[in-house]
Amino acid sequence: MSKIHYREWGIPSPTYWGILIFLGLFIAAAGVSVLYMEHMGHWVTGMTNQIVWGTPHVFAVFLIVAASGALNVASIGSVFGKKVYKPLAPLSGLLAITLLVGGLLVLVLDLGRPDRLIVAMTTYNFKSIFAWNIYLYTGFMVIVATYLFTMMERKANVYTKPMGFLAFVWRLALTTGTGSIFGFLVARQAYDAAVMAPMFIVMSFSFGLAFYILMVMFMYNLDGRPVGDGLLNRLKNLLGVFVAGVLYFTLAYHLTNLYVTENHGVEAFILLNGGVYTTVFWMGEVIIGGLLPLAIIFHPGLSQSRCWIAAACLLVLLGGLSKVFVIIIGGQAFPMSIFPGMTIVEGSVFDAVNGQPFSYAPSLPEVLLGLGGIAMAIAATLVGVRMLKFLPVSLADEAVDPHYSAKP
Amino acid sequence: MSKSKGQTDMDRRTFMGLTVGAAATLVAPGVFLHSIAQAGDREQPVTDKVRWGMLVDTSKCANGCSACVDACKTENGLSNHGRPATDPTWIRKVKVRDNFTGRETNLPLMCQHCEFPPCVDVCPTGASFKRADGIVMVDRHVCIGCRYCMMACPYKARSFIHEDIEIKPTNAPRGKGCVESCNLCVHRLDNGQAMTACAEACAKAGHNALVFGDLKDPNSPVSQALKQLPSRQIRADLQLSTGVRYSGI
Ligand code: SF4
Ligand code: SF4
Repeated sequence: MSKIHYREWGIPSPTYWGILIFLGLFIAAAGVSVLYMEHMGHWVTGMTNQIVWGTPHVFAVFLIVAASGALNVASIGSVFGKKVYKPLAPLSGLLAITLLVGGLLVLVLDLGRPDRLIVAMTTYNFKSIFAWNIYLYTGFMVIVATYLFTMMERKANVYTKPMGFLAFVWRLALTTGTGSIFGFLVARQAYDAAVMAPMFIVMSFSFGLAFYILMVMFMYNLDGRPVGDGLLNRLKNLLGVFVAGVLYFTLAYHLTNLYVTENHGVEAFILLNGGVYTTVFWMGEVIIGGLLPLAIIFHPGLSQSRCWIAAACLLVLLGGLSKVFVIIIGGQAFPMSIFPGMTIVEGSVFDAVNGQPFSYAPSLPEVLLGLGGIAMAIAATLVGVRMLKFLPVSLADEAVDPHYSAKP
Repeated sequence: MSKSKGQTDMDRRTFMGLTVGAAATLVAPGVFLHSIAQAGDREQPVTDKVRWGMLVDTSKCANGCSACVDACKTENGLSNHGRPATDPTWIRKVKVRDNFTGRETNLPLMCQHCEFPPCVDVCPTGASFKRADGIVMVDRHVCIGCRYCMMACPYKARSFIHEDIEIKPTNAPRGKGCVESCNLCVHRLDNGQAMTACAEACAKAGHNALVFGDLKDPNSPVSQALKQLPSRQIRADLQLSTGVRYSGI
């Protein structure tokens, strides 16, 4: 294995700008949506006083969770000393930052008063896990940026390992913090589970890696740079382990919930009779996001095809969105118990009359805002790799794998 | 806003009205509702010597009556856009049936003014706050509209303001993009009138189901009523020590 060389993403300018303009359209649409929602007020969205967090939050949480997971590849390289992952580390750090920025943007732009962001940054309630998250997020960006610097500046290389370790610990805290946003909602049956935090961590591993693999394949393909089969194989196997992990925790979450009698209602809602939430759970979360990608990844034939690997990654991401959708929106649609042992027979729109769940239909501006966040993350990544040397010239196995030996 | 300018007796209500106008035009940074509130009776700061609270005697709460709900809307200028899912609601009528006995009970449900309010705990900016006298409310100059408090409230007591509201000199600043909920008619209390609009309306309608007062004063009507009637907190298992109690459920 020779020394790794990094170079800017060198695709032809028209292609580069074409892609950026394409992404820019999504970003612009998101911008228009935000102006529309803020001008009219949130009643034009699908969100109400009953379902207070909607599609923007699904996308935002999804991106934030994926962000910390994207850093994983770097962590495996520098914290766990796996040499073959080292060349992949800079991109991993970059993706972690851009995904986080995309997610936070969506979150902030959906606030009732985004113009008061400065208030959010200066007035803290230290009891609030939300306020802690603001620190976790900004800290994460600073630490990962420093980590990137130690990787890319040769003189600072000696600090890569400790910084990598710090970034790794921080990312665990960040995901735990994100999961705890829900964990603190004790009154809501759907969120009252200890397994929430570890589940979010495994989710982040899986979404982040899927995003990472897709970006690598996309960028290397366009630039005509090689990616070795061996490397891709490792990455997709790792993804398989994470996907299985998410399935395992999903199972654990629902089983522990079933164990607690007062949570039987919410379990039946998600697993059996919750209408769209039940469908999204089984179709999106379990089949599309879990079983199908696993089948592809470990299928002896399909797993050798790059198209199928890319498809598996896409499925994992779709499944991830579904999972966050079921957690956030399904968790609110299920009527929390205000009067245990009693049924509300008459009430206002706030009340689950006869246990009727609350309904929510996503609106176009919300979806556009969410997609804009993803487009923003991708665009920022592409600009990053175009301007700076994030990408190794070659990811061919002989270039990156110290134990590589060409098989006949 | 200009109307109130000419008045010389700048009473508390007018001042609040002024702040409404200010809030609507996004000015008045640094004017915080709680600092106004704590200016209190213009002499007395809000103290923890009182804790405002209420007892709902559900046996007197009448089927089909909505006097309290209507009075709250009028008192606090809660506009209605004909979109119930997004219109603000501070108090609502609920009828519950016991799953075992089948007994039905009417009751109004509003912010329970928890002593340990989850909404205050989760609020990232501290906009959601509890006054020394136990009233839980939102500082609408600091609220960023994240709705985390709405996720945390076990009673769904809060409303997010989903659209422009007609600005008239109401009692507290209100504005699109912020969250609000019942504040036990804080403007009345700060004016020395120890009676909420809902309790007043209920009495006027002849039901007297709502008894309001100072929970710390053993002679207040609410303390007296609590002494006589068995009462409980809704979701007492959450140990929030609510300021609103219910009897007969
Ligand atoms: S009832 Fe809800 S809004 Fe009122 S203090 Fe308790 S948690 Fe807060
Ligand atoms: S919506 Fe306002 S009051 Fe509620 S948690 Fe957010 S900032 Fe606090």
